[in-house]
Amino acid sequence: MSSDVIIQAIVSGLLMGLVYALVAVGLSLIFGLMEIVNFAHGEFLMLSMFFSFWLWALLGMDPLLSLPIVVLALAVLGFATHYGVIRHVLNAPMLAQICATFGLAIAIRSGAQFLWTPDFRSVQDPLVAGRLEIAGIFIGQPQLVAGLVCFAAFIALWLFVTRTETGLALQATAQDRQAAAVMGIPTDRMFALGWAIGLGCVGVAGAMLSSFYFVFPDVGINFALLAFVAVALGGFGSILGSLVAGVAIGLVESLGGVLISPSYKLLIVFSLYFAVVLVRPMGLFGRY
Amino acid sequence: MSELLLVEGLTKHFGGVTANDGISFDVREGEIIGIIGPNGAGKSTLFDLLTGFQTPDSGSVLLDGHDVTGLRPDRIARMGVGRTFQKLKPFPDLTLVENVMVGALAHTSHVHEARDKALEAIAFVDLLEKRHSFARELSTGQRKRLEMARALATDPRLLLMDEVTGGVDQKTIPGLIELVLALRDKGITILTIEHNMKVMMDVSSRILALQFGKRIAFGKPEKVRNDPHVVDAYLGRADAA
Amino acid sequence: MSKKSNAALEAALAEPVWPAAPPAFTWLGFGVFALLAVYPFIFTGTFSHHLMIMVFLHAIMAQSWNVVAGMSGQISLGHAVFFGLGAYASALLYIKWGITPWIGLLAGMAISALAAAAIGIPTLRLRGHYFAIATLLFGISVQIVFQRWDWVGAASGIFMPIVRDDPWLVLQFHGSKLPYYYLSFGLCVIAFAVVWDLQRRRLGMRLLAVRDEPEAAASLGIDVAWHKVIAFMISGAMMSTAGTFFAQYVLVVDPDRVFNFEISVLALLMVVLGGIGTLWGPALGAAILVPLSEFTRTWFGGTGGTVDLIIYGILILLICIYQPRGLLSIVTERLRRRVDTK
Ligand SMILES: Nc1ncnc2c1ncn2[C@@H]1O[C@H](COP(=O)(O)OP(=O)(O)O)[C@@H](O)[C@H]1O
Ligand SMILES: [Mg+2]
Repeated sequence: MSSDVIIQAIVSGLLMGLVYALVAVGLSLIFGLMEIVNFAHGEFLMLSMFFSFWLWALLGMDPLLSLPIVVLALAVLGFATHYGVIRHVLNAPMLAQICATFGLAIAIRSGAQFLWTPDFRSVQDPLVAGRLEIAGIFIGQPQLVAGLVCFAAFIALWLFVTRTETGLALQATAQDRQAAAVMGIPTDRMFALGWAIGLGCVGVAGAMLSSFYFVFPDVGINFALLAFVAVALGGFGSILGSLVAGVAIGLVESLGGVLISPSYKLLIVFSLYFAVVLVRPMGLFGRY
Repeated sequence: MSELLLVEGLTKHFGGVTANDGISFDVREGEIIGIIGPNGAGKSTLFDLLTGFQTPDSGSVLLDGHDVTGLRPDRIARMGVGRTFQKLKPFPDLTLVENVMVGALAHTSHVHEARDKALEAIAFVDLLEKRHSFARELSTGQRKRLEMARALATDPRLLLMDEVTGGVDQKTIPGLIELVLALRDKGITILTIEHNMKVMMDVSSRILALQFGKRIAFGKPEKVRNDPHVVDAYLGRADAA
Repeated sequence: MSKKSNAALEAALAEPVWPAAPPAFTWLGFGVFALLAVYPFIFTGTFSHHLMIMVFLHAIMAQSWNVVAGMSGQISLGHAVFFGLGAYASALLYIKWGITPWIGLLAGMAISALAAAAIGIPTLRLRGHYFAIATLLFGISVQIVFQRWDWVGAASGIFMPIVRDDPWLVLQFHGSKLPYYYLSFGLCVIAFAVVWDLQRRRLGMRLLAVRDEPEAAASLGIDVAWHKVIAFMISGAMMSTAGTFFAQYVLVVDPDRVFNFEISVLALLMVVLGGIGTLWGPALGAAILVPLSEFTRTWFGGTGGTVDLIIYGILILLICIYQPRGLLSIVTERLRRRVDTK
C-alpha cells in the first residue's frame, strides 16, 4: 500500500474528525452543565442538515451562506428544548431524563419522516465543490471547508467559555450549580444557554455536512453514535477531550477503513474506546 | 490481653496532602479506643485504610495477627470488622429492618433468621417502632442508630464508628454514648471517632490523637488530655471556644 | 432490656418477614391472572392474540432490564445482544443440527449469561454513563459481527424451515396463535416469579444494597463487583428467553431485527415508564407501551406514515415529565398515603 493512500486517509480522517469533535462538544457541554446526556443529539444534527437543505432547495441559498441562519435556528431550538422539556425533568431521576431525550428523539425523527419522507436528498452544485490536489493528495473541497469551519467554531467556543464573563459563569455553573446560584449566577438561564450553544455547534456541523453528505431522517444516528463515543472517550464534560477524541475517532475510522476493512470501521473505533476506557475509566480528560 | 489490631506506619497521600503520616497504634480486645483530632486531621482516612476502602501507600494492618493491608473492604468486613460512615450511607429505598437484614445476611442465607437477628439488633439500638419506615424517612440520629444496628448484625469483633455524636442534637448524645458502652459490654472492641472531648475522656480506655495526619499522642485519657501537643492542637482551641 | 421493649421485640418477631399484600391486591392479581388465562377465548381475533403475545414478550424483556438496572443499578444500553443471542442460539441449533428449540432456549440462556459476564467483568470499573456507552457499543459490535458472519447467515440471517409435525418439539405452530399465547404467558409468569423470589432472597437483597450504596454494601461483607456481574448474567439469561421465543414466533432471525438498538431502548422505556425497581412496573410498562405502539400504528399507520411514532415519542416525553417515577408510583403513592392517614 502506498504512503499516498495513508496520507490521504489521514487528511480526510482529520477533517471528518473535526466535524465529529464539534458535534461531540455540544453533547459534552450540555452534559458538563447539567449531567444530562442528550440522546436526541443526532436528531438535532439531522434537523440542521434539513434546514440547510431546504434553504438551498427553496431559496437557493448555499449551505455556506445560510450557515448563520441555521446556527441561529438551532440555538433557538436549544432554548426551546430547555424550556419546553429539560427544565421539567431537571430534578427527575437520571433514567427519566434519558427517557425524555429518547422520546424527543423518536418524535423528531418520525416527524422528519412524516414531513419529508425517508428519501435521500442532497444539495446540488454547492458553492465549494470538487477536489484540490496537493502533492498527489486529493482533498475534497467541501470536506476541507467543513473541517476548517468546524475547527474555527471550536476555537470560538473555547475562547467564549474561557475568556468571556458569560463563559466563566457557564463553567462555574458546570462545576457547582448550588455555589453558582449563591454567587448570583442565573443557573436556569445558563442551562438554556448551554443548550443553545450545544445545539448551535450541531448547527454548524450540520450545515457544513449538508453540502457533501446525503440528507435523510436517519442521518443523525451514526453521527450521534460517534459523538457519544467521542464524549465518553474524551471524558464527559471535557471540551478539550471532545476535540482530541473527535479527531482520534476520525483518524482511526479513516485509517482503519483503509488498512483493515471499510466494513469494520465502526468496530475499530469501538475498540479504541474500549482500550482507552479500560485503562482510564473516566476517559482521556475526565474529571471527578 | 492479646492485640486484636496492630497498625504500623500507615501512610496515605492524596495528591499533595498527606492524610495519614506513619500512624502506628495497637488495639486490645475489649477496648474502646477514642480517636480525636481537628477537622481534616486524617481520622476518616485512617478508618478507610483500616477497612480497605483506601489502600495505604505504606505501612501495615494486622488483624489478629493476619496481614489485612490492602485487602478489599468486603474481605475485611467478613473477617469481623464492621464500620459506620461519617457521611451516613443507609440504603434509602429499603426499610429499616431490610437495611439491617442486609447486614445479618452476612452469616446466614435464610432471610427468616436474618430478619430475627435484624430485629434484635434494631431492638438493641432502640428503634423497633421505626422498623417499617424507609431509611430515607429517618432522622439523622435514627440513621446513625441504623448504621450501628446494621454493622452490629454482621457480628463484628471490631467496630469502627465515625463521629457517632456528630451532627445530632444535644439531647440524643447521651443515648448514643450509652449505646457505644453497651456494644462494648457485648464484647465488641470499638474504635470511635469523636469531637466531643468530654465524652471521650469518660468512655475510652485509650485515646489516639491525630493532627495533620500524624499521631501526636496515644495512651490513657488523662495522659492524652495533659499532653502538650494535644492541648496545643485541640483542647486549647476547644476550651477557648 | 426492659420488659416493655422485650414485649415489643416479641411482637415484631411474630410478624411475617414479608408483609402480606393488601387483600384487594391479591384479588386483583388473581383476577388478572384468570382473565389472562381465558383471554384468548374471549377475544378470539388473531390480532388480539398477537397483541397479548407481544405484551408478554415485552414484559419479559422489561423485567430482564429491570433486574440489571432496577436491582443492581447498572444502566445497560446493549440488552439487544442477549435478545439476539437467544434468537440465534435456538435457530442455529435447530438449523444446523436439528436440536429442539427447548434445548436452544437453555443454550441461549447459558450463552447470554456468559456474554453478560464477558461484558460485565471488564466494564466493572466504569460508572454511570461510561458503562451505558460501553454496553451500547458492545451491542452494536456484536450486531456488526453477525451482519458479516457467513456461518450465521450474515446480513440476511436465518429463515427457519416450516415444519408441521411435532409442533411442541420444534416449537412451531401454524394456523393458531394459541400455543404461542400460552407459551409466552408461561415464560412471562416464570420470569416474574423468578424476580419475585429473587427479591425475597439474600442475593436479591444484596443486589438492592449494591444498587443503593455500594460502599455500605461492601462494609457489610458484600462483594460488590461480583454481585453486579451476577445481576447482569441473570438479566442476560432472562432476555435471551425472549429472543428464543421471538425467533420461534416469527421464524426469521436477522441481525438488524434481533440485535437492534431499539430493543435495548424499548426495554429501558418500558421499565422507566412502568416503575423501575418494582416487580410489576415492567409489566405495566409493557402493557402500556406495546398496545400504544400497536394501536397508534393501526390508527395512524395507514394514513399518516409515521404519525404513530410521533405520538409515541411525545407520550413518552409527557410521562417522563409528569410521572418521572413511573406510572406504578401513582398507585403505590396513593396506597401509602391511605395507609399513613389511617
Ligand atoms: N478521597 C480523598 N481524595 C482527596 N483528598 C482526601 C480524600 N479523603 C480525604 N482527603 C483529604 O485528606 C485529609 C484528611 O481528611 P479526613 O480523613 O476526612 O479528615 P477527618 O476525618 O479527620 O476530618 C483532608 O485534607 C482531606 O481533604
Ligand atoms: Mg472525618
